[in-house]
Amino acid sequence: MTLLRSRPAPVLAPAPPAATNRKNPLPQLAMLCWAVVTSLPLLWAVVSSVKSDDEILNEPWSLPSTPRFDNWARAWTGASIGRYFLNSLIVVGGALLLTMFLGALVAYALARYEFRGNRFLYYTFVAAMFFPVFLALVPLFFVVQRLGLLGTYPGLILVYAAYAVPFTVFFLHSFFRTLPTELAEAAFLDGCSHAAVFFRVMLPLARPGLVAVGIFNFLGLWNQYLLPLVLNPDPDRYVLAQGLAALSVSQGYRSDWGGLFAGLTIAMLPVLVAYVAFQRHIRAGMTAGAVK
Amino acid sequence: MRHGRWRFLLGALVPALVLHVVFVLSPYAQAFYLSLTDWTGVAGEAHFVGAGNYARLGGDSLFLDAVRNNAVMLVVVPVATIALGLGLASLLRTRRGSAGYQIVYFFPQLLSLVVIAVLWGFVYNPNTGLLNSGLRAVGLGGLTKSWLADPAFALAAVMAVLIWSSVGFYVVLFRAAIDAIPAELYEAALIDGAGSWTTFRRITVPLVRESVQVAFVYLGIAALDGFAVVQVMTVGPGGPDGATEVIGLSLYRNAFTYGKFGYASAMGVALFFATLTLAVLALRAGRNDRLELA
Repeated sequence: MTLLRSRPAPVLAPAPPAATNRKNPLPQLAMLCWAVVTSLPLLWAVVSSVKSDDEILNEPWSLPSTPRFDNWARAWTGASIGRYFLNSLIVVGGALLLTMFLGALVAYALARYEFRGNRFLYYTFVAAMFFPVFLALVPLFFVVQRLGLLGTYPGLILVYAAYAVPFTVFFLHSFFRTLPTELAEAAFLDGCSHAAVFFRVMLPLARPGLVAVGIFNFLGLWNQYLLPLVLNPDPDRYVLAQGLAALSVSQGYRSDWGGLFAGLTIAMLPVLVAYVAFQRHIRAGMTAGAVK
Repeated sequence: MRHGRWRFLLGALVPALVLHVVFVLSPYAQAFYLSLTDWTGVAGEAHFVGAGNYARLGGDSLFLDAVRNNAVMLVVVPVATIALGLGLASLLRTRRGSAGYQIVYFFPQLLSLVVIAVLWGFVYNPNTGLLNSGLRAVGLGGLTKSWLADPAFALAAVMAVLIWSSVGFYVVLFRAAIDAIPAELYEAALIDGAGSWTTFRRITVPLVRESVQVAFVYLGIAALDGFAVVQVMTVGPGGPDGATEVIGLSLYRNAFTYGKFGYASAMGVALFFATLTLAVLALRAGRNDRLELA
C-alpha cells in the first residue's frame, strides 16, 4: 500500500518546469533585479519627499531622521500642486465624459446602421490615430486661438476629446458588432425609439468595453503634456503635468528639494491608488487597447 | 420609423464629426499647406515658398542632430525594450510570484512622462542623485558622471528612461501572447529534452511574432517622439550641444519660440512621413509568413 501510494505520483505528474528552474537561480535573480530597478527610483522619491533638504543633499540613500510632512503641505499650497491637481480633474473629467459619450454614439451608429458613406466615415475617424499630433500642432494652436478658446477649460476639454474620440470609436466599433441583435430587435418591437434602444439596451450591454476604453482614455488624458503645453499658457490653469514641469525648473532655482519631491509624490499618488484598486482591469484594458 | 432612424443617426454622428473636422482633420490638412509657406503667424502674410522649407531642413544642423538622435532611438529603444520584455515575460511563464512581479513591472507605464522625466532628472543628478551616490556607496565612484551634461552619455540616459518606463507594459503584453500558446507545445519540447533557451528560441519567439510586430510599431512611434522626457529632463533642453535634440523639440521651438510656423510645419510633415514609413515597413515585414495555429 505504501509502495503503491508513493509510486504513481511521478508518473501522473511529470516534474513541473519549476523543478528544473530551482537549480538555476539566474532567472529568479533577473526577475528580482528588474523589480528593484523599477521600484527603487519610485520608492526613493517617496522617501525623499519627507526628508529635509539637508538630508536629501547629503545622505541620498538614508531614511529621514523624522518624517517631515510639511514638505507635502508646502508643495500642495505654496507650489500650487493642489490647484494644478484640481485643473487636471476638471479638464480630464470633462474631456472623458465628452469622449465616451461621443465615441460610443459614433461607434454604435457606424457598427449597427447600414447607410451610404458608413465605411468612409469610419475611416475618416480612425485614420486620425495614425497621424502624429506634432503635425497638427501649429494649425491647431491657431484654430483654438481664433475660436477664443486658448487657455480655457472648454478649449482644452474639446481638444482632448477630439483627439481621444478616434481610438474610442475604433475600440467600441468592434465591440458593438459582437453584441447580439435580438435584444435590440425586441426593444424596437416594443416601440422603443432608436435613441432609447441605444441608451437603455445597447449601452448597458457594452459596459465591459466602455470600462476598458474609459480607463485607457483616463490615463492617456491625465498624462497629456504636449497639448496643454501649447494650448494652455495661463499658469493659473496649468494641468498637473505642466505644473510639475514648471515646478521642477523654478524649485530647482529656489532649491526646495523636499517640496519638489513632495510634488512629484503627490502627482504619482492618485495613479498608484487607482492602480492598486483596479490593477487587473487596468492591465487588461491597456494591453487590449494595444493589440486591437 | 425611417424618419426616426435618420434623425438618430444625424444626432449621433454630427456633433462628433464637427469636433473631428474642426480640431483634428482641418489642422492636419492645414499643416501640409503651411509647410509650403513662410508664415510667421501674421494673418494674410503667408507667402508660398514651395519646397524651400524642406530644402532648409537639410542645412539645419540642429535639425539634422535631431534626426540622427531619433534614428538612434528608433533602433535602440524598441530592440532593448522588446528583448527585456520578451525575456522577462518568458521567465514569468513558469514561475511562482509572477503575478506580483507583473504588478510591479507595469506601474511606470501609468505615470505621466513628465513625472518620469522629473524623477529621473533627480536620479541622474551628479551630486545628490540616486545613481551616482549609489555608485559611490558600492565603491564604483570612478564611474560617476554628469549623465545629462556629458554629450557622450546624455542620449543614452534619455533612452534608458524611455526603456525603463515601457518594459513593464510589454512584459504584460507578451505574457498574454505566451499564455495563448498551447501548453502541449511546451510539454512536447520538455519531453524531447529541449532546454529553456531552445524552448524560448524555437517555440516562444516564433509564436509571439505578431505581438512583437505590434510592439515595434508602438515603440517606434514613441522613439520618434521623445519630446516630453527631453524637454523636461535635459539641459537646454535638447543639450548638451544638441546631443539630445529630437524632431518634436525642434518643431516646438521653431513654432512657439521663434514663430517660424511654416518651417515648423515642414518638420511636422517630415515626422509624419517617417511615422508612416515605419508603420508600413513593420506591418509588411511579417505579412508573408504568418504561422497558423489551431
